[in-house]
Amino acid sequence: MTNPLVCVKRVVDSSSEVVLTEDGQGVDGRFAGFTMSAHEECAVEIAVQVAAADGGAASVMTLGDADSVEQLRAALAVGCTSATHVQADSQAYGPADVAREIAAVVRDHEAAGTPHELVLLGNDAADSGDFQVGIRLAYELGWPVVNGVTHVSVSDGEVTASGAGPDGHETFRLPLPAVVTILEGGVEPRYPSVPGRMKAKKAPIEEREPSAEPVGPSRVRLVLPPPSPSSVEILGEGAAAAPAVVDLFEQLGVLSR
Amino acid sequence: MILVLVEVSPAGEAIETSREAVTFARDLSAAGGGVPIDAVVVGSPDDALVKTLATHGVRRVHALTGPAYDAFSGAAWAAGLMAVREKAGAVVVMAAGTPRGNEVLAHVGARTGAPMAANVISFGGLSPFTVTRQVVGGAALEEMQLGMRPAIFSVAGHAVEASAADVPGDGELVVETPEVADADLVARVVSTEEPAPDLSGALKSARVVVGAGRGAGSADGFGELLELAELLDAPLGVSRVVTSLGWRPHHEQVGQTGSRISPDLYIPCGISGAIQHWAGCSSAKAILAINSDPDAPMVTKATHAVIGDLHEIVPAINEEIRRRRAG
Repeated sequence: MTNPLVCVKRVVDSSSEVVLTEDGQGVDGRFAGFTMSAHEECAVEIAVQVAAADGGAASVMTLGDADSVEQLRAALAVGCTSATHVQADSQAYGPADVAREIAAVVRDHEAAGTPHELVLLGNDAADSGDFQVGIRLAYELGWPVVNGVTHVSVSDGEVTASGAGPDGHETFRLPLPAVVTILEGGVEPRYPSVPGRMKAKKAPIEEREPSAEPVGPSRVRLVLPPPSPSSVEILGEGAAAAPAVVDLFEQLGVLSR
Repeated sequence: MILVLVEVSPAGEAIETSREAVTFARDLSAAGGGVPIDAVVVGSPDDALVKTLATHGVRRVHALTGPAYDAFSGAAWAAGLMAVREKAGAVVVMAAGTPRGNEVLAHVGARTGAPMAANVISFGGLSPFTVTRQVVGGAALEEMQLGMRPAIFSVAGHAVEASAADVPGDGELVVETPEVADADLVARVVSTEEPAPDLSGALKSARVVVGAGRGAGSADGFGELLELAELLDAPLGVSRVVTSLGWRPHHEQVGQTGSRISPDLYIPCGISGAIQHWAGCSSAKAILAINSDPDAPMVTKATHAVIGDLHEIVPAINEEIRRRRAG
């Protein structure tokens, strides 16, 4: 039985316009839609598949404010069976802080007799883009880590993980326990069923406080890139613009004969 | 000393984003009063590679060699980088903001306990050591202080243009064989399959890319777009909506969770230009947006645009190309 823990983060929807808080310390959520990071949707799907393959159970956790329970319920609705919420302002936590909090959950669950042999994360969060929480977590736990893969399977106490590398499709095989970080593209995240949603609504969530004060993200402030005034040249409307378009191709030298 | 991890292509050349990172390091070196720049490569570089790096201003090229480095392991590469860093006393450890670069630097961060800044586009000063990096797929920037040594950061692709230094470096090759603990070899590549020829590699290096978004309308709506791609000898790149709906395979996705492209011309058709997509195509030199909404972000950010239904415009363009070729 494999009992993976998958870690998700509530982030601004990438279709929203980004508005920053006045102090420049975070994204202003009052005007934004929220979701879980895209890579993590795939990590959740993989956790559910890995657990289903050998009769284990997939758990989900997040570190975030009260609203981030929404992302836990989204994971519960598609097959995770237990959830842990570390109550904290995620924008005040740096990657090392988050890694330490995940490690604390992993250790506490092991002490409680419900260990996780595999921890799955997204390769990078859609907002903070630190590209390192999974790796720092592995060092906290003293486990090996495979980064940025799209496919994961477990058998006989070994995890096989694979994904695109610079020279081709790369495969890693290593004994559990292990940390694996996921990129979108290898699995199709399932849609929640109606019974799944109903179950998720009622599922109990383990609420906990952070294990330590955060060091913080070394952030001075967030800024928006200077708006570049639109300098678009409209070549025309509809099919009538085709000659102007092909003129442009010729001008740019992209139209080989 | 500034230490830069340089990635080497299967053909044995320094990849462009690594040369950009070395170019970035030169500004940092100048600000520090001429701090030397050393490179670390994995494997045995040929003379041409060492010479290229010298041209970019590199003093020494440390080549990590030995069985521990034959197959990729993020932990093993980091161990090698750390060994060189300790021997040579680097105060800054850098890499390109590629999957490998960010991964290896994250290991270095975890090993040293120092912060690691991913995808830096500029540095703001040495005391305190301040960098600006891309967050939210480049839709926002974060100013970050790297107060510990080594300062660890990756350079976002195309933040600077790779260029030769005014004064070349010595380009001295130093073969390094630091030992790697068994624990650092547990998570290593056990096999690599050659990629199929049409996977995302073609997108990342293409001169022209034809883009398609929700405006294609359905999985059957790509005929004329594929035809345009063929006429321009360009790969097709699509938005996340298109792959999420299952209209096209994921390896064609351009965006924050797909490929980052930097063609001379990108032609996004029926793509609104959400953050997710813009993160993958903002490095295109010219953008011709074809969209029915003149206020779509992709149109306002483009260099050129045609307003209207792509299903009318694209066939007309294809026809015009064929007409001119026939004439």
